[in-house]
Amino acid sequence: MTGVPDARPRAETAEAPAPREKALALDRLIHERLRLGIVSALAVNERLTFVELRALLKTTDGNLSVHARKLENAGYVACSKAFDGRLPRTEYRLTAAGRRALDRYLGHMEAIIRAMRRR
Amino acid sequence: MRTATRPGPRDDGAEALHDRALEHLTYIRDTMAGASRFTAVPGRGIVLIGVTALGAAFAASRTGSVAAWIGVWLSEAVLALAVGLLAAARKARSAGEALLSAPGRKAALGFVPPLAAGAVLTIAIGHAGRADLLPGIWLLLYGAGVVTGGAHSVRAVPIMGLGFMLAGAGALAGPPSWGNPAMAVGFGGLHLLFGILIWREHGG
Repeated sequence: MTGVPDARPRAETAEAPAPREKALALDRLIHERLRLGIVSALAVNERLTFVELRALLKTTDGNLSVHARKLENAGYVACSKAFDGRLPRTEYRLTAAGRRALDRYLGHMEAIIRAMRRR
Repeated sequence: MRTATRPGPRDDGAEALHDRALEHLTYIRDTMAGASRFTAVPGRGIVLIGVTALGAAFAASRTGSVAAWIGVWLSEAVLALAVGLLAAARKARSAGEALLSAPGRKAALGFVPPLAAGAVLTIAIGHAGRADLLPGIWLLLYGAGVVTGGAHSVRAVPIMGLGFMLAGAGALAGPPSWGNPAMAVGFGGLHLLFGILIWREHGG
């Protein structure tokens, strides 16, 4: 979780799966509730610290670490570590790929609602 | 932590799918609202309030009666409120945000009750003939409002509120002659200091 990772979404760049499978894989990544919360919170803040995210999402250190790492591995979230005096400070920000993924996800949800209302 | 179920062809029905999608959208919206900070705090507006407060402190120090002293500061309060609202609306508009967005409403809800309490106490204390208590109470309650309202804003705002509360406590602990200087230091000095800080760090 060190340094600023490659901003390209690795889920998009690896292997080039079929379009439907690709959409499904991307959906799975941020569909999980805590990961969706992380992405949503970062969408309205330039950056948030680990402590701020943990308080905001009312979760545990372990849970947040695991899910933030998944988002980071996908290139949706960038993580940087620094020291605030003697205390370590971990900050997250949403990458362009993460923002696009959230937009796609919102579009997906809205499309489902529209389609169901037409029935 | 609850894990959401992925919508898909195996869902029980269209209604369940619709409800789940709606629930996820609501979760996103609520998370965004909770994570948003009220950033329409106007640095330049706060500086201007500090300047007018220093003017009011000077004018109040020259009054010959308690009623005139109160009149000067109440006029300053109305002027400061107008300046603050106009500056915040202008900053929010330039950032493409609504002044009364969810964070703005939370800030207002935290700020207004201590001010309302201050207005009621002003009347009660005026009737009791203890105007010497007003500087401390005004500073203390204004500071409390800034701390609670500023909890959803940038960090400098609640710190400024604590400064006001300390000034208020000092005014209440000291002799009545400290009242007007405490008002000048608080409403003038702290607004100027933090207004410049917010202006530099977060814009005007």
